[in-house]
Amino acid sequence: MTLTRRRTLGLLGASALAPASGFASPRLAYALVPIEIGDGVWMVEGSTDYFSMQNGGAIVNVTLLRGDSGLIVVDSGPSLRYGEALKTMALGLDIRGVSAVVNTHHHPDHFFGNQVFRDVPIHALGATQAAAFADGEAFADNMYRLLGDWMRGTEVVPPTAVVAGGDLVIDGRMFAALPLSGHTAADLALVDRATGNLIAGDLVFFNRAPTTPSADLDAWRASLDVLADTEASAIVPGHGPYDTVGASVAQTRAYLDWLEATLRQGARDGLGMVELMDLDPPAEFAGMGAMPQEFHRTVAHLYPGIETEILPLGN
Amino acid sequence: MGLKAGIFAAVLTMAGSAWALDDPQTKLADPMESGMWDYHQIDILGDPADIRFDDRVVVRGPVEAEDSLNVPLLVDASAIPDVKRIVVSADYGPIPHILTYYPETAEAKIALRFKIDQATAIRASVETHDGSWHVGSTYIDAAGGGCTAPAHAYASDDWEEHLGEVRGRLWAASGRARFIVDHPMDTGLADGIPVFIIEDLALETDAGVKLARIELSEPVNEDPAFTLYFAPGTLPASLHVRGRDNNGNEIDGLISQGSLN
Ligand SMILES: [Zn+2]
Repeated sequence: MTLTRRRTLGLLGASALAPASGFASPRLAYALVPIEIGDGVWMVEGSTDYFSMQNGGAIVNVTLLRGDSGLIVVDSGPSLRYGEALKTMALGLDIRGVSAVVNTHHHPDHFFGNQVFRDVPIHALGATQAAAFADGEAFADNMYRLLGDWMRGTEVVPPTAVVAGGDLVIDGRMFAALPLSGHTAADLALVDRATGNLIAGDLVFFNRAPTTPSADLDAWRASLDVLADTEASAIVPGHGPYDTVGASVAQTRAYLDWLEATLRQGARDGLGMVELMDLDPPAEFAGMGAMPQEFHRTVAHLYPGIETEILPLGN
Repeated sequence: MGLKAGIFAAVLTMAGSAWALDDPQTKLADPMESGMWDYHQIDILGDPADIRFDDRVVVRGPVEAEDSLNVPLLVDASAIPDVKRIVVSADYGPIPHILTYYPETAEAKIALRFKIDQATAIRASVETHDGSWHVGSTYIDAAGGGCTAPAHAYASDDWEEHLGEVRGRLWAASGRARFIVDHPMDTGLADGIPVFIIEDLALETDAGVKLARIELSEPVNEDPAFTLYFAPGTLPASLHVRGRDNNGNEIDGLISQGSLN
Protein backbone atom coordinates (compact mmCIF):
# COMPACT_ATOMS: atom_id res chain seq x y z
CA MET A 1 0.00 0.00 0.00
CA THR A 2 1.49 3.33 -0.96
CA LEU A 3 -1.31 5.43 0.46
CA THR A 4 0.07 6.23 3.90
CA ARG A 5 -1.92 7.78 6.69
CA ARG A 6 0.26 10.83 6.29
CA ARG A 7 -1.12 11.33 2.80
CA THR A 8 -4.68 10.44 3.69
CA LEU A 9 -4.54 13.03 6.46
CA GLY A 10 -3.84 15.61 3.80
CA LEU A 11 -6.47 14.22 1.45
CA LEU A 12 -9.30 13.72 3.85
CA GLY A 13 -8.74 16.41 6.42
CA ALA A 14 -8.68 15.92 10.15
CA SER A 15 -12.22 14.70 10.60
CA ALA A 16 -11.56 11.19 9.34
CA LEU A 17 -8.96 10.63 12.02
CA ALA A 18 -10.52 12.52 14.88
CA PRO A 19 -10.59 10.53 18.11
CA ALA A 20 -13.79 8.85 19.20
CA SER A 21 -14.26 11.19 22.12
CA GLY A 22 -12.64 14.22 23.69
CA PHE A 23 -10.82 16.22 21.07
CA ALA A 24 -13.76 16.99 18.87
CA SER A 25 -12.42 20.50 18.40
CA PRO A 26 -9.54 20.90 15.96
CA ARG A 27 -7.70 22.98 18.56
CA LEU A 28 -5.13 20.54 19.89
CA ALA A 29 -2.73 22.11 22.37
CA TYR A 30 0.12 20.87 24.54
CA ALA A 31 0.18 22.19 28.10
CA LEU A 32 3.91 22.23 28.90
CA VAL A 33 4.92 22.97 32.49
CA PRO A 34 8.57 23.63 33.37
CA ILE A 35 9.83 22.16 36.65
CA GLU A 36 12.97 23.83 38.01
CA ILE A 37 15.59 21.17 38.83
CA GLY A 38 18.63 23.40 39.41
CA ASP A 39 19.85 26.94 38.94
CA GLY A 40 18.93 27.76 35.36
CA VAL A 41 17.79 24.18 34.63
CA TRP A 42 14.22 23.05 33.96
CA MET A 43 12.56 19.80 33.02
CA VAL A 44 9.28 19.26 31.18
CA GLU A 45 7.92 15.92 32.29
CA GLY A 46 6.10 13.82 29.71
CA SER A 47 3.23 11.42 30.21
CA THR A 48 4.31 7.89 31.11
CA ASP A 49 1.68 6.43 28.78
CA TYR A 50 2.20 5.20 25.23
CA PHE A 51 1.52 7.60 22.32
CA SER A 52 -2.16 8.45 22.27
CA MET A 53 -4.65 10.96 20.92
CA GLN A 54 -5.10 12.08 24.52
CA ASN A 55 -1.44 12.98 25.14
CA GLY A 56 -0.56 14.02 21.59
CA GLY A 57 2.70 12.10 21.87
CA ALA A 58 4.00 14.32 24.69
CA ILE A 59 5.50 11.35 26.51
CA VAL A 60 9.11 12.48 26.56
CA ASN A 61 11.09 14.45 29.12
CA VAL A 62 12.69 17.63 27.84
CA THR A 63 15.46 19.50 29.68
CA LEU A 64 16.24 23.20 29.28
CA LEU A 65 19.52 24.69 30.54
CA ARG A 66 20.60 28.35 30.51
CA GLY A 67 23.53 29.02 28.16
CA ASP A 68 25.42 32.22 27.41
CA SER A 69 22.97 33.42 24.78
CA GLY A 70 19.75 31.53 25.50
CA LEU A 71 18.40 28.13 26.52
CA ILE A 72 19.89 24.80 25.48
CA VAL A 73 17.06 22.34 24.88
CA VAL A 74 17.76 18.63 25.25
CA ASP A 75 15.25 16.66 23.12
CA SER A 76 12.59 18.49 21.17
CA GLY A 77 9.40 16.40 21.42
CA PRO A 78 7.17 14.49 19.01
CA SER A 79 5.79 17.10 16.62
CA LEU A 80 5.95 20.55 15.07
CA ARG A 81 3.16 21.66 17.36
CA TYR A 82 5.09 20.43 20.41
CA GLY A 83 8.21 22.26 19.22
CA GLU A 84 6.19 25.45 18.92
CA ALA A 85 4.79 25.04 22.45
CA LEU A 86 8.30 24.37 23.74
CA LYS A 87 9.64 27.48 22.02
CA THR A 88 6.90 29.60 23.56
CA MET A 89 7.49 28.10 26.99
CA ALA A 90 11.25 28.72 26.66
CA LEU A 91 10.62 32.39 25.92
CA GLY A 92 8.76 32.58 29.21
CA LEU A 93 11.82 31.26 31.03
CA ASP A 94 14.39 33.31 29.13
CA ILE A 95 13.46 36.21 26.90
CA ARG A 96 16.34 35.34 24.54
CA GLY A 97 14.69 32.02 23.65
CA VAL A 98 16.42 28.82 22.55
CA SER A 99 20.09 28.99 21.54
CA ALA A 100 20.84 25.31 20.84
CA VAL A 101 19.22 21.88 20.72
CA VAL A 102 20.57 18.44 21.59
CA ASN A 103 18.94 15.16 20.49
CA THR A 104 19.86 12.28 22.79
CA HIS A 105 18.93 9.71 20.12
CA HIS A 106 16.93 9.29 16.93
CA HIS A 107 13.53 8.17 18.23
CA PRO A 108 10.75 10.42 16.94
CA ASP A 109 9.46 11.63 20.33
CA HIS A 110 12.94 13.06 20.96
CA PHE A 111 13.59 14.94 17.72
CA PHE A 112 10.40 15.69 15.78
CA GLY A 113 10.22 19.16 17.33
CA ASN A 114 13.55 20.06 15.64
CA GLN A 115 11.75 21.77 12.76
CA VAL A 116 11.01 24.77 14.99
CA PHE A 117 14.69 25.19 15.89
CA ARG A 118 16.19 25.14 12.41
CA ASP A 119 17.90 28.48 13.02
CA VAL A 120 20.09 27.16 15.87
CA PRO A 121 22.60 24.29 15.93
CA ILE A 122 21.01 20.88 16.63
CA HIS A 123 23.59 18.61 18.24
CA ALA A 124 23.72 14.80 18.28
CA LEU A 125 26.08 11.88 17.90
CA GLY A 126 27.05 11.13 14.29
CA ALA A 127 25.27 7.78 14.28
CA THR A 128 22.14 9.48 15.61
CA GLN A 129 22.21 11.95 12.75
CA ALA A 130 22.63 9.10 10.23
CA ALA A 131 19.80 7.11 11.82
CA ALA A 132 17.51 10.14 11.79
CA PHE A 133 18.07 10.44 8.04
CA ALA A 134 17.62 6.69 7.50
CA ASP A 135 14.55 6.06 9.67
CA GLY A 136 12.93 9.49 9.98
CA GLU A 137 10.36 9.19 7.21
CA ALA A 138 9.18 5.75 8.34
CA PHE A 139 8.89 7.07 11.90
CA ALA A 140 6.88 10.00 10.59
CA ASP A 141 4.40 7.73 8.81
CA ASN A 142 3.86 5.80 12.01
CA MET A 143 3.53 8.95 14.16
CA TYR A 144 0.93 10.39 11.78
CA ARG A 145 -0.97 7.12 12.03
CA LEU A 146 -0.86 7.13 15.84
CA LEU A 147 -1.40 10.83 16.47
CA GLY A 148 -3.32 12.13 13.48
CA ASP A 149 -3.88 15.85 13.57
CA TRP A 150 -1.39 16.42 16.40
CA MET A 151 1.30 15.79 13.77
CA ARG A 152 -0.01 18.24 11.20
CA GLY A 153 2.81 19.99 9.36
CA THR A 154 5.56 18.03 11.09
CA GLU A 155 8.62 17.41 8.91
CA VAL A 156 11.68 15.33 9.68
CA VAL A 157 14.61 17.62 10.51
CA PRO A 158 17.67 15.55 11.47
CA PRO A 159 20.36 17.02 13.76
CA THR A 160 22.84 19.36 12.11
CA ALA A 161 25.90 19.41 14.41
CA VAL A 162 27.81 16.23 15.26
CA VAL A 163 29.28 15.92 18.75
CA ALA A 164 31.68 13.36 20.23
CA GLY A 165 32.26 12.20 23.80
CA GLY A 166 34.21 13.98 26.52
CA ASP A 167 34.12 17.63 27.52
CA LEU A 168 31.48 19.43 25.53
CA VAL A 169 30.68 23.11 25.59
CA ILE A 170 27.37 24.22 24.13
CA ASP A 171 26.57 27.92 24.19
CA GLY A 172 29.11 28.39 26.96
CA ARG A 173 27.68 25.68 29.22
CA MET A 174 29.97 22.77 30.18
CA PHE A 175 28.87 19.16 29.87
CA ALA A 176 30.47 15.76 30.11
CA ALA A 177 29.19 13.98 27.00
CA LEU A 178 28.85 10.20 27.23
CA PRO A 179 28.48 8.54 23.82
CA LEU A 180 26.75 5.28 24.72
CA SER A 181 24.41 2.74 23.11
CA GLY A 182 21.96 -0.03 23.86
CA HIS A 183 18.60 1.71 23.80
CA THR A 184 19.58 2.50 20.21
CA ALA A 185 22.88 2.21 18.35
CA ALA A 186 23.77 5.73 19.53
CA ASP A 187 22.57 7.17 22.83
CA LEU A 188 24.01 10.41 24.15
CA ALA A 189 23.91 11.09 27.89
CA LEU A 190 24.99 14.45 29.30
CA VAL A 191 26.17 15.44 32.75
CA ASP A 192 25.64 19.15 33.37
CA ARG A 193 28.85 20.26 35.10
CA ALA A 194 27.28 23.18 36.94
CA THR A 195 24.42 21.33 38.62
CA GLY A 196 25.47 17.68 38.43
CA ASN A 197 22.24 16.68 36.71
CA LEU A 198 22.57 13.60 34.50
CA ILE A 199 20.40 13.91 31.42
CA ALA A 200 20.21 10.23 30.58
CA GLY A 201 17.97 10.11 27.51
CA ASP A 202 16.26 6.78 27.01
CA LEU A 203 19.06 4.77 28.55
CA VAL A 204 17.13 5.36 31.76
CA PHE A 205 13.39 5.04 32.30
CA PHE A 206 11.69 5.58 35.67
CA ASN A 207 8.34 4.07 36.63
CA ARG A 208 7.66 3.78 32.91
CA ALA A 209 8.41 0.60 30.96
CA PRO A 210 11.54 0.89 28.77
CA THR A 211 11.05 0.69 25.00
CA THR A 212 13.08 -1.66 22.84
CA PRO A 213 12.47 -1.17 19.10
CA SER A 214 16.19 -0.53 18.50
CA ALA A 215 17.60 -2.18 21.63
CA ASP A 216 20.73 -4.23 22.23
CA LEU A 217 20.31 -5.46 25.80
CA ASP A 218 23.98 -6.26 26.48
CA ALA A 219 25.13 -2.86 25.25
CA TRP A 220 22.35 -1.20 27.22
CA ARG A 221 23.45 -2.85 30.48
CA ALA A 222 27.06 -1.82 29.82
CA SER A 223 25.86 1.75 29.38
CA LEU A 224 23.96 1.56 32.66
CA ASP A 225 27.25 0.57 34.33
CA VAL A 226 28.80 3.76 32.97
CA LEU A 227 25.87 5.88 34.12
CA ALA A 228 25.94 4.32 37.59
CA ASP A 229 29.57 5.44 37.86
CA THR A 230 28.92 9.08 37.03
CA GLU A 231 28.66 11.05 40.21
CA ALA A 232 25.47 12.74 39.20
CA SER A 233 23.46 14.61 41.79
CA ALA A 234 20.16 13.61 40.16
CA ILE A 235 18.88 12.02 36.98
CA VAL A 236 16.53 13.21 34.27
CA PRO A 237 15.34 9.93 32.74
CA GLY A 238 14.11 9.84 29.14
CA HIS A 239 10.64 9.03 30.42
CA GLY A 240 9.27 9.21 33.96
CA PRO A 241 9.79 11.52 36.92
CA TYR A 242 12.96 13.31 38.01
CA ASP A 243 15.08 10.95 40.10
CA THR A 244 16.97 12.48 43.00
CA VAL A 245 18.10 9.20 44.58
CA GLY A 246 19.44 7.22 41.61
CA ALA A 247 16.76 4.53 41.74
CA SER A 248 15.95 4.84 38.04
CA VAL A 249 19.21 3.28 36.82
CA ALA A 250 18.77 0.23 39.03
CA GLN A 251 15.12 -0.06 38.05
CA THR A 252 15.95 0.08 34.33
CA ARG A 253 18.58 -2.61 34.78
CA ALA A 254 16.24 -4.85 36.76
CA TYR A 255 13.60 -4.52 34.07
CA LEU A 256 16.02 -5.37 31.25
CA ASP A 257 17.27 -8.38 33.22
CA TRP A 258 13.71 -9.57 33.77
CA LEU A 259 12.90 -9.06 30.08
CA GLU A 260 15.81 -11.10 28.84
CA ALA A 261 15.29 -13.91 31.36
CA THR A 262 11.58 -14.05 30.52
CA LEU A 263 12.10 -14.17 26.75
CA ARG A 264 14.82 -16.81 27.05
CA GLN A 265 12.70 -18.98 29.31
CA GLY A 266 9.81 -18.60 26.88
CA ALA A 267 12.00 -19.89 24.05
CA ARG A 268 13.15 -22.79 26.23
CA ASP A 269 9.53 -23.68 26.94
CA GLY A 270 8.50 -23.52 23.28
CA LEU A 271 6.10 -20.59 23.73
CA GLY A 272 4.71 -18.65 20.82
CA MET A 273 4.64 -14.86 21.01
CA VAL A 274 0.98 -14.61 22.04
CA GLU A 275 1.58 -17.06 24.89
CA LEU A 276 4.54 -14.96 26.02
CA MET A 277 2.42 -11.80 25.97
CA ASP A 278 -0.02 -13.57 28.29
CA LEU A 279 2.59 -13.77 31.05
CA ASP A 280 1.93 -11.43 33.96
CA PRO A 281 4.82 -9.06 34.68
CA PRO A 282 5.99 -9.20 38.31
CA ALA A 283 4.46 -6.65 40.69
CA GLU A 284 7.52 -4.40 40.66
CA PHE A 285 7.04 -3.79 36.90
CA ALA A 286 3.31 -4.30 36.43
CA GLY A 287 2.50 -0.80 37.69
CA MET A 288 4.92 1.01 35.37
CA GLY A 289 3.51 3.41 32.80
CA ALA A 290 2.75 1.85 29.40
CA MET A 291 2.59 -1.68 30.81
CA PRO A 292 1.80 -4.20 29.52
CA GLN A 293 1.90 -2.58 26.05
CA GLU A 294 5.66 -2.07 26.13
CA PHE A 295 6.25 -5.66 27.19
CA HIS A 296 4.10 -6.79 24.26
CA ARG A 297 6.07 -4.57 21.89
CA THR A 298 9.32 -5.97 23.25
CA VAL A 299 8.17 -9.52 22.57
CA ALA A 300 7.73 -8.49 18.93
CA HIS A 301 11.12 -6.76 18.83
CA LEU A 302 13.35 -9.27 20.57
CA TYR A 303 11.72 -12.69 20.73
CA PRO A 304 12.37 -13.86 17.14
CA GLY A 305 16.12 -13.27 17.55
CA ILE A 306 16.31 -14.90 20.98
CA GLU A 307 14.34 -17.91 19.77
CA THR A 308 16.63 -18.42 16.80
CA GLU A 309 19.55 -18.38 19.19
CA ILE A 310 18.07 -20.91 21.61
CA LEU A 311 16.31 -23.49 19.44
CA PRO A 312 18.72 -26.12 18.09
CA LEU A 313 19.33 -26.59 14.35
CA GLY A 314 17.70 -29.73 13.00
CA ASN A 315 19.39 -30.15 9.61
CA MET B 1 -16.06 6.33 6.99
CA GLY B 2 -14.19 8.07 4.18
CA LEU B 3 -10.98 6.25 5.03
CA LYS B 4 -12.65 2.86 5.19
CA ALA B 5 -14.34 3.37 1.87
CA GLY B 6 -11.02 4.40 0.35
CA ILE B 7 -9.33 1.22 1.52
CA PHE B 8 -12.26 -0.81 0.31
CA ALA B 9 -11.93 0.66 -3.15
CA ALA B 10 -8.19 0.10 -3.13
CA VAL B 11 -8.60 -3.56 -2.26
CA LEU B 12 -11.02 -4.04 -5.09
CA THR B 13 -8.65 -2.42 -7.52
CA MET B 14 -5.70 -4.45 -6.31
CA ALA B 15 -7.54 -7.71 -6.41
CA GLY B 16 -8.42 -6.93 -9.98
CA SER B 17 -10.96 -9.70 -9.93
CA ALA B 18 -14.68 -9.72 -10.37
CA TRP B 19 -16.53 -8.62 -7.25
CA ALA B 20 -18.97 -11.19 -5.98
CA LEU B 21 -22.13 -9.14 -5.91
CA ASP B 22 -24.29 -12.01 -4.73
CA ASP B 23 -24.80 -12.63 -1.05
CA PRO B 24 -23.44 -15.91 0.27
CA GLN B 25 -26.05 -18.65 0.54
CA THR B 26 -25.86 -18.34 4.34
CA LYS B 27 -25.49 -14.69 5.20
CA LEU B 28 -23.95 -14.05 8.65
CA ALA B 29 -23.96 -11.03 10.92
CA ASP B 30 -20.22 -10.26 11.03
CA PRO B 31 -19.23 -9.33 14.61
CA MET B 32 -16.29 -7.35 13.14
CA GLU B 33 -18.50 -5.54 10.61
CA SER B 34 -15.56 -5.41 8.23
CA GLY B 35 -17.63 -5.18 5.05
CA MET B 36 -15.49 -7.89 3.44
CA TRP B 37 -16.57 -11.09 5.16
CA ASP B 38 -19.34 -12.07 2.75
CA TYR B 39 -16.84 -11.91 -0.07
CA HIS B 40 -14.27 -14.11 1.69
CA GLN B 41 -16.94 -16.56 2.82
CA ILE B 42 -17.64 -17.18 -0.85
CA ASP B 43 -14.14 -16.78 -2.27
CA ILE B 44 -11.95 -18.49 0.34
CA LEU B 45 -14.33 -20.99 1.91
CA GLY B 46 -16.35 -21.84 -1.22
CA ASP B 47 -19.69 -20.50 0.02
CA PRO B 48 -20.62 -23.31 2.42
CA ALA B 49 -24.26 -23.51 3.55
CA ASP B 50 -23.51 -24.78 7.04
CA ILE B 51 -21.56 -21.93 8.59
CA ARG B 52 -21.71 -19.72 11.68
CA PHE B 53 -19.59 -17.44 13.84
CA ASP B 54 -18.63 -19.51 16.87
CA ASP B 55 -17.03 -18.27 20.12
CA ARG B 56 -15.35 -21.64 20.52
CA VAL B 57 -12.92 -20.62 17.78
CA VAL B 58 -10.54 -18.37 19.68
CA VAL B 59 -8.28 -16.12 17.60
CA ARG B 60 -5.78 -14.07 19.56
CA GLY B 61 -3.15 -11.57 18.52
CA PRO B 62 -1.86 -8.21 19.69
CA VAL B 63 -4.27 -5.27 19.60
CA GLU B 64 -1.75 -3.55 17.39
CA ALA B 65 0.94 -5.05 15.15
CA GLU B 66 4.30 -3.77 16.34
CA ASP B 67 6.21 -5.37 13.46
CA SER B 68 4.02 -5.66 10.38
CA LEU B 69 6.32 -8.39 9.05
CA ASN B 70 5.97 -10.57 12.15
CA VAL B 71 2.47 -10.48 13.63
CA PRO B 72 1.87 -13.29 16.10
CA LEU B 73 -1.40 -15.18 16.16
CA LEU B 74 -2.73 -18.00 18.31
CA VAL B 75 -5.71 -19.92 16.95
CA ASP B 76 -7.41 -22.34 19.31
CA ALA B 77 -10.36 -24.39 18.08
CA SER B 78 -9.71 -27.30 20.44
CA ALA B 79 -13.19 -26.85 21.96
CA ILE B 80 -14.67 -27.99 18.64
CA PRO B 81 -14.65 -31.76 18.09
CA ASP B 82 -13.58 -33.48 14.88
CA VAL B 83 -11.78 -30.63 13.13
CA LYS B 84 -10.66 -31.28 9.58
CA ARG B 85 -8.94 -27.98 8.80
CA ILE B 86 -8.52 -24.40 9.96
CA VAL B 87 -8.34 -21.65 7.34
CA VAL B 88 -6.61 -18.50 8.61
CA SER B 89 -7.22 -15.31 6.62
CA ALA B 90 -7.14 -11.51 6.72
CA ASP B 91 -10.15 -9.50 5.51
CA TYR B 92 -8.02 -6.64 4.17
CA GLY B 93 -4.77 -7.14 2.36
CA PRO B 94 -3.61 -7.95 -1.16
CA ILE B 95 -3.55 -11.72 -0.41
CA PRO B 96 -6.26 -12.70 2.11
CA HIS B 97 -5.39 -16.39 2.63
CA ILE B 98 -2.62 -16.87 5.20
CA LEU B 99 -2.59 -20.62 5.75
CA THR B 100 -4.70 -23.73 6.09
CA TYR B 101 -3.91 -26.09 8.96
CA TYR B 102 -4.82 -29.78 8.90
CA PRO B 103 -4.34 -30.93 12.51
CA GLU B 104 -4.67 -34.66 11.60
CA THR B 105 -3.49 -36.19 14.92
CA ALA B 106 -2.78 -32.85 16.63
CA GLU B 107 -5.08 -30.57 18.59
CA ALA B 108 -6.98 -27.97 16.59
CA LYS B 109 -4.65 -25.24 17.79
CA ILE B 110 -1.74 -23.46 16.13
CA ALA B 111 0.59 -20.54 16.85
CA LEU B 112 1.92 -18.69 13.80
CA ARG B 113 3.26 -15.36 12.58
CA PHE B 114 2.21 -13.49 9.49
CA LYS B 115 2.68 -10.28 7.52
CA ILE B 116 -0.06 -7.68 7.83
CA ASP B 117 -0.72 -5.00 5.23
CA GLN B 118 -3.13 -2.75 7.10
CA ALA B 119 -5.54 -2.80 10.01
CA THR B 120 -7.85 -5.74 9.46
CA ALA B 121 -10.09 -8.42 10.89
CA ILE B 122 -8.32 -11.78 11.08
CA ARG B 123 -10.40 -14.96 10.77
CA ALA B 124 -9.98 -18.60 11.61
CA SER B 125 -12.56 -20.67 9.76
CA VAL B 126 -12.80 -24.19 11.10
CA GLU B 127 -14.27 -27.01 9.03
CA THR B 128 -15.26 -30.23 10.79
CA HIS B 129 -15.27 -33.59 9.07
CA ASP B 130 -19.04 -33.40 8.59
CA GLY B 131 -18.64 -30.23 6.54
CA SER B 132 -19.87 -27.61 9.01
CA TRP B 133 -17.94 -24.36 9.39
CA HIS B 134 -17.22 -22.38 12.57
CA VAL B 135 -15.59 -18.96 12.33
CA GLY B 136 -13.69 -16.96 14.95
CA SER B 137 -12.27 -13.45 14.55
CA THR B 138 -10.01 -10.84 16.02
CA TYR B 139 -9.04 -7.35 14.94
CA ILE B 140 -5.45 -6.15 14.61
CA ASP B 141 -4.44 -2.54 14.00
CA ALA B 142 -1.33 -2.01 11.92
CA ALA B 143 0.90 0.59 10.31
CA GLY B 144 0.94 -1.58 7.25
CA GLY B 145 3.18 -2.34 4.35
CA GLY B 146 4.09 -5.78 5.64
CA CYS B 147 3.13 -7.58 2.48
CA THR B 148 4.87 -5.30 0.03
CA ALA B 149 8.23 -4.94 1.74
CA PRO B 150 11.12 -7.04 0.44
CA ALA B 151 12.30 -9.84 2.73
CA HIS B 152 14.89 -9.00 5.37
CA ALA B 153 16.96 -11.96 4.21
CA TYR B 154 18.38 -10.13 1.21
CA ALA B 155 20.13 -7.70 3.50
CA SER B 156 22.77 -10.42 3.96
CA ASP B 157 24.34 -12.16 0.98
CA ASP B 158 24.51 -15.63 2.53
CA TRP B 159 20.74 -16.14 2.74
CA GLU B 160 20.85 -18.98 0.21
CA GLU B 161 23.16 -20.98 2.48
CA HIS B 162 20.55 -20.88 5.23
CA LEU B 163 17.53 -21.56 3.01
CA GLY B 164 15.49 -24.41 4.44
CA GLU B 165 17.27 -24.57 7.77
CA VAL B 166 14.97 -25.93 10.45
CA ARG B 167 15.27 -24.96 14.11
CA GLY B 168 12.99 -26.41 16.71
CA ARG B 169 12.24 -28.83 19.46
CA LEU B 170 9.64 -31.18 20.89
CA TRP B 171 8.28 -30.92 24.44
CA ALA B 172 6.67 -34.32 24.92
CA ALA B 173 5.40 -33.69 28.43
CA SER B 174 3.37 -30.65 27.34
CA GLY B 175 2.75 -31.98 23.81
CA ARG B 176 4.38 -29.04 22.03
CA ALA B 177 6.24 -29.02 18.76
CA ARG B 178 7.81 -25.69 17.84
CA PHE B 179 9.84 -25.08 14.68
CA ILE B 180 11.15 -22.25 12.54
CA VAL B 181 12.08 -22.74 8.88
CA ASP B 182 14.52 -20.35 7.22
CA HIS B 183 12.85 -18.99 4.09
CA PRO B 184 12.31 -15.50 2.56
CA MET B 185 8.58 -16.10 1.93
CA ASP B 186 8.52 -13.46 -0.80
CA THR B 187 4.99 -12.40 -1.64
CA GLY B 188 5.72 -11.32 -5.21
CA LEU B 189 4.30 -7.90 -4.36
CA ALA B 190 7.66 -6.16 -3.87
CA ASP B 191 9.03 -4.68 -7.10
CA GLY B 192 11.08 -7.10 -9.14
CA ILE B 193 10.96 -9.97 -6.64
CA PRO B 194 8.92 -12.99 -7.74
CA VAL B 195 6.80 -15.12 -5.43
CA PHE B 196 9.06 -17.46 -3.46
CA ILE B 197 7.28 -19.26 -0.65
CA ILE B 198 7.08 -22.54 1.18
CA GLU B 199 3.80 -24.12 0.07
CA ASP B 200 3.61 -27.22 2.28
CA LEU B 201 5.01 -28.22 5.65
CA ALA B 202 4.28 -31.34 7.68
CA LEU B 203 5.40 -33.02 10.86
CA GLU B 204 6.19 -36.60 9.94
CA THR B 205 7.28 -39.74 11.74
CA ASP B 206 10.32 -41.74 10.57
CA ALA B 207 7.88 -43.90 8.61
CA GLY B 208 6.57 -40.85 6.77
CA VAL B 209 3.21 -40.64 8.54
CA LYS B 210 2.04 -37.02 8.60
CA LEU B 211 0.97 -36.13 12.14
CA ALA B 212 -0.09 -32.62 11.09
CA ARG B 213 0.33 -30.46 8.00
CA ILE B 214 0.11 -26.84 6.88
CA GLU B 215 -0.55 -25.24 3.50
CA LEU B 216 1.12 -21.82 3.46
CA SER B 217 0.31 -18.72 1.42
CA GLU B 218 2.33 -15.57 0.82
CA PRO B 219 1.36 -13.68 4.02
CA VAL B 220 3.05 -16.22 6.32
CA ASN B 221 6.08 -14.45 7.82
CA GLU B 222 9.65 -14.68 6.61
CA ASP B 223 11.19 -17.68 8.45
CA PRO B 224 7.81 -19.24 9.28
CA ALA B 225 7.50 -20.13 12.98
CA PHE B 226 4.86 -22.50 14.32
CA THR B 227 3.84 -24.18 17.52
CA LEU B 228 1.65 -27.27 17.04
CA TYR B 229 -0.04 -28.90 20.02
CA PHE B 230 -0.47 -32.60 20.71
CA ALA B 231 -1.90 -34.53 23.63
CA PRO B 232 0.67 -34.48 26.47
CA GLY B 233 2.92 -37.52 26.47
CA THR B 234 2.06 -38.70 22.96
CA LEU B 235 4.95 -37.28 20.90
CA PRO B 236 7.75 -39.57 19.76
CA ALA B 237 11.40 -38.77 20.57
CA SER B 238 11.85 -36.98 17.28
CA LEU B 239 9.88 -35.85 14.23
CA HIS B 240 10.75 -34.67 10.72
CA VAL B 241 9.74 -31.23 9.50
CA ARG B 242 9.26 -31.79 5.79
CA GLY B 243 7.92 -29.69 2.97
CA ARG B 244 8.69 -27.90 -0.27
CA ASP B 245 8.63 -24.42 -1.73
CA ASN B 246 7.25 -23.20 -5.04
CA ASN B 247 10.72 -23.44 -6.63
CA GLY B 248 10.91 -27.15 -5.82
CA ASN B 249 13.34 -26.85 -2.90
CA GLU B 250 12.79 -29.65 -0.39
CA ILE B 251 12.70 -28.87 3.31
CA ASP B 252 13.79 -31.65 5.64
CA GLY B 253 14.79 -31.17 9.27
CA LEU B 254 14.61 -33.20 12.44
CA ILE B 255 13.33 -31.85 15.74
CA SER B 256 13.61 -33.75 19.00
CA GLN B 257 13.62 -33.37 22.75
CA GLY B 258 17.33 -32.58 22.69
CA SER B 259 19.17 -29.92 24.59
CA LEU B 260 18.67 -26.23 23.91
CA ASN B 261 21.41 -23.85 22.82
ZN1 LIG C 1 13.84 6.21 22.70
